[in-house]
Amino acid sequence: MKELMLIIISSAIVNNVVLSQFLGLCPFLGVSKKINTAAGMGGAIIFVITLSSFVTGLVYQFILVPTDMEYLQTIVFILIIAALVQFVEMFLKKAIPSLYQALGVYLPLITTNCAVLGVALINVQNDYNILEGTVNGFATAAGFTLSIIVMAGIREKIEYNDIPEAFRGFPTVLLTAGLMAIAFCGFSGLI
Amino acid sequence: MKSNTPSERLINGIIKENPTFVLMLGMCPTLAITTSATNGIGMGLTTTAVLAASNLMISLLRKFIPDGVRMPAFIVVVASFVTIVQMLLEGFLPSLYASLGLYIPLIVVNCIILGRAEAYASKNPPIPSLFDGIGMGLGFTLSITCIGAVRELIGAGQLFGHQILPLADAAAGKIGYEPVTIFVLAPGAFFVLAALSALQNKFRLGAAKRGIDPSNPDKCGGACASCGNTMCKGGGSR
Repeated sequence: MKELMLIIISSAIVNNVVLSQFLGLCPFLGVSKKINTAAGMGGAIIFVITLSSFVTGLVYQFILVPTDMEYLQTIVFILIIAALVQFVEMFLKKAIPSLYQALGVYLPLITTNCAVLGVALINVQNDYNILEGTVNGFATAAGFTLSIIVMAGIREKIEYNDIPEAFRGFPTVLLTAGLMAIAFCGFSGLI
Repeated sequence: MKSNTPSERLINGIIKENPTFVLMLGMCPTLAITTSATNGIGMGLTTTAVLAASNLMISLLRKFIPDGVRMPAFIVVVASFVTIVQMLLEGFLPSLYASLGLYIPLIVVNCIILGRAEAYASKNPPIPSLFDGIGMGLGFTLSITCIGAVRELIGAGQLFGHQILPLADAAAGKIGYEPVTIFVLAPGAFFVLAALSALQNKFRLGAAKRGIDPSNPDKCGGACASCGNTMCKGGGSR
C-alpha cells in the first residue's frame, strides 16, 4: 500500500508528466483555452492512460517477456494504444452516448499523445507489475488533468490582460507553463 | 526555385518550413532533451535518420497502402525504424542512449514524422521524399541544437560540454559567471522557447506591416495531437 501511495504522489505531483517530463505537451498547449474543454481532455486522458497501461502491462508480462521479444515493445505498444483508442471510441459511442458526446472530439487526438506511450514505457523501465503500472498510469493522467485545468483557469484570466503584441498567444502560454513548472519544482522535497 | 528537387526540399525543411520554429511541431522532445547542445544534436540526428528512412519507405509503399489503414501502416513503419535506431544507439553510442533515454522510443509519436509521412511522403516519389525527410530532420536538428546551446550557456556556462564562461568560485574569491541553474531544469525550457517564439512573432508582425499575411502563431500549438490528420496537411502549401 505504501508503495502505491508513493507511486501516486510521485507521478501525479512531483514528477508531473507535463511540467517536469514534457510528455503530452501538445494537448496541454492546444486544448487549454477553456476550463470545460480542458476538463474534457483530462477525463479522456485519465480513461485512456489507465486502460492502456493495464493492457500494455498485460501484454508485456504475458506475451513479450515469455517469448523474449521485449525489443518489440515500442511497435507493440503503439499499435495497442492506437487500437485501444479506436475501440474505446466505438464502445462509448454505442454504450454510453453521453460520455461519448463529452469526450468524443478528444479521443482520436490521444493516439499521438506521447504521454500514453510514455507511461507504458516508463512502467516497463521501472519494472512495475500490472497493479503498480495501472496505478502509475492513473496517477500520471491525474497529474496531467490537474495541470491542464490549472493552465486553462490561468489562460481564461490572461485573456483580459494587455500583453505586448509579440507575446500574445503561444509565448504567453509557454511563460505561464514555465512559472507553473517552477511552482511544481517546490514539490520535489516531498519524496 | 523548382519544387520537388532535392535541394529545394532540403532548404524548405531547414528554413522555409522549419518544423520547430515555423510549423511548431515536435514540441515534446524540443523541450525535454535540450538541456545541452550535444543532446540537441544527438536527438536531432536520430530523428533525422528515422525521418529520412521512414519517408523513403512510405513513399515506396504509397501505392500499396490502402487509404483506410494508412495511419496504422505509417505508425508501424515509423516504429520499426525507431526500434532499429534505438538498438544501434544502444550498441554503438551508449552514452547518448543513456542521456536521451525514454525520448528515443518516443520518436514514434513525434508529430514531425507522421506529419511528413501524411503531408508529403504519401503523395510524392521516393527521392524527393527522402530529401524532404533529411531537410526536415536537419531543420529540427538545427533548431533544437540552438535551444540546447542557449540553455546550456545560460544554465551552466558551457557549450557542447566545454566551459565557455569561467565559473565564479566564492571560496577562492574568484569572480566569474554565476550559472542560472533553472535554465537547465524544466522551467528553463519553457522560458527559452517562449522568448524564441515571441521573437518570431515580432518578425512576423513586422512582415505583416509590410503587407505579408502573418499566419496565426498558435495555429499549430495544438497540432502535435492532430497534425497527422488535418492541420498539417496545409503545411505543404504554406
